[in-house]
Amino acid sequence: MGIAAHGISKRFGSFVALDDVDLDVETGQLTALLGPSGGGKSTLLRIIGGLEDPDAGSVHIDGVEATDIPAQRRNVGFVFQHYAAFKHLSVFRNVAFGLEIRRRPKAEIRRRVHELLDLVHLDQFADRLPSQLSGGQRQRMALARALAVEPKVLLLDEPFGALDTKVRKELRDWLRRLHDEMQVTTVFVTHDQEEALEVSDEIVVINNGRIEQTGSPNELYDHPANDFVMGFLGPVTRLGERLVRPHDIEVLGAETTGALRGEVLRLVRVGFEVRAELRADGSDPWVQLTRGQADALSLEPGRTVWLRPAHDAATLAVT
Amino acid sequence: MVNTITDTPPVVAPPPVPATRTRRPRRRRLVRYLLRFVAVGYVAALVAMPVVVVTWRVIDQGWSVFWEAITAPEAIHAYKVTAQVAGCAVLINAVFGVGMAILLARYRFPGRTLLNVLIDVPISVSPIIVGLALVLAFGWTTGWFGSELQSAGIQVIFSMPGMVLATAFVSLPLVLREVLPVLEEEGIEQEQAARSLGANAPQRLWRITLPTIRWALAYGVVLTLARSVGEFGAVRVVSGDVTGQTQTLTLVVDQRAEQFEPGAYQLSVLLIAMSAICIVAISLIRPRGER
Repeated sequence: MGIAAHGISKRFGSFVALDDVDLDVETGQLTALLGPSGGGKSTLLRIIGGLEDPDAGSVHIDGVEATDIPAQRRNVGFVFQHYAAFKHLSVFRNVAFGLEIRRRPKAEIRRRVHELLDLVHLDQFADRLPSQLSGGQRQRMALARALAVEPKVLLLDEPFGALDTKVRKELRDWLRRLHDEMQVTTVFVTHDQEEALEVSDEIVVINNGRIEQTGSPNELYDHPANDFVMGFLGPVTRLGERLVRPHDIEVLGAETTGALRGEVLRLVRVGFEVRAELRADGSDPWVQLTRGQADALSLEPGRTVWLRPAHDAATLAVT
Repeated sequence: MVNTITDTPPVVAPPPVPATRTRRPRRRRLVRYLLRFVAVGYVAALVAMPVVVVTWRVIDQGWSVFWEAITAPEAIHAYKVTAQVAGCAVLINAVFGVGMAILLARYRFPGRTLLNVLIDVPISVSPIIVGLALVLAFGWTTGWFGSELQSAGIQVIFSMPGMVLATAFVSLPLVLREVLPVLEEEGIEQEQAARSLGANAPQRLWRITLPTIRWALAYGVVLTLARSVGEFGAVRVVSGDVTGQTQTLTLVVDQRAEQFEPGAYQLSVLLIAMSAICIVAISLIRPRGER
């Protein structure tokens, strides 16, 4: 097991950040801690990295008890949301920092740093100061810096949170490819479900200091354990007494057994998709359709249709 | 019209009503000149005039008098004393200033607010009171610890340690007040990053914290030096003002002026020159620190 954090609790004053949390991350996996801000995911990451001490519980890294090992001896790579670049040091010296602390020979440091800068496409910026780099470049530098010491695990705290959408998407793809090359056990914190679904092998949904569900992106999306997970991973609408995803509702033109009778209230076209707002059995579901589907049913406000969840759709009872 | 606007700070003009358009800027300009005159006059009367008068007196008395005054044995001894006292005070305040700034910026503890307020007390309390308080605390006959110090053979009052204490006290907050805002602004992430990369506490201090605050620290040190060299009140009380022994430069100036001995103006000009050098040093450091 790459990381095993068991029975972790942490309070800040009267605020419970983590409440008896168990987390297991397999070696070599890319795991996302996903949840709303203030839910405890960053605290859990910082506890694994040794930057925060848990009130209770234990942390094992690569099978070694690490709970009482200070951060500087855990050999963990940590990447911060706001880069935490050493502002007074060049890009080269930033990446070399961990190796200099470990008193590696100069030649080895030079070789290794250039290798890493090459990997993150920053070799031509080696002599620049962080202030002369863009946000995305700074974060790649921070990643190279964390990887330089060959950490047992790599921890990233909202690594793309401060970047604009386009750069974020690029870095996301790039992180995935980098991880496939390096195979280092990686945990990253995010509140962006798309980021988690796209990049990770496994997602851990954390809310209110507890783990709501753990599983692969598909498992979580298709079989959410509760309405929180379902709502956090994608759009949810209510059809009768069930919660269902808007693209998982079948719209039928004729009465069918098991389908709810509904009336179209409004149609909104957004690019290639059509959103139909309806009323059915005391609920107000909305359905996501393609334009072709909407035209085939000749949907228009006031038309009566029959609605049911698609046969393999994930649904939850309204609680 | 156009010129008067470009050569003065931009003023946000309200969308003008045509009738007032021509009159308003003129009145404003008048007010602005008046304010400038008051400001310049105020500084001239308070600062420039005394400096000019002293300097003029020195020039009037001639180069040989100046040279004689600044190379007098008492003066040379006073340079040494001043350098030692100011040097020690700067060192103490640099070390404790940085330490306290880190403590206040990084940790929350009971009494933190009180400490933060207490640090500014030396600036607001009259130096003479500081001097008297030190005599009360450390004097051999009057002091709380007087008899213990005497039996240990440590003389604080009327000697170097007391003068250093007094000088360090009056310049206490200067380094800290420069360093603290920089530490608060930079936050703790760089240090945490260094920690996760394997740096222990001394390595983090040396490689991350000190480089981060280096310009603020330099600025604080120059301010402390200027304040220490110019200190008079507290040092006068605790030093005993013994000629050729515990006299700093300001005390020599005071003695010469009091007893109408020559040299007071010459040494004053020397002190003014030191302050000027400090001010220049500060203005050279400041823009770099703000960058």
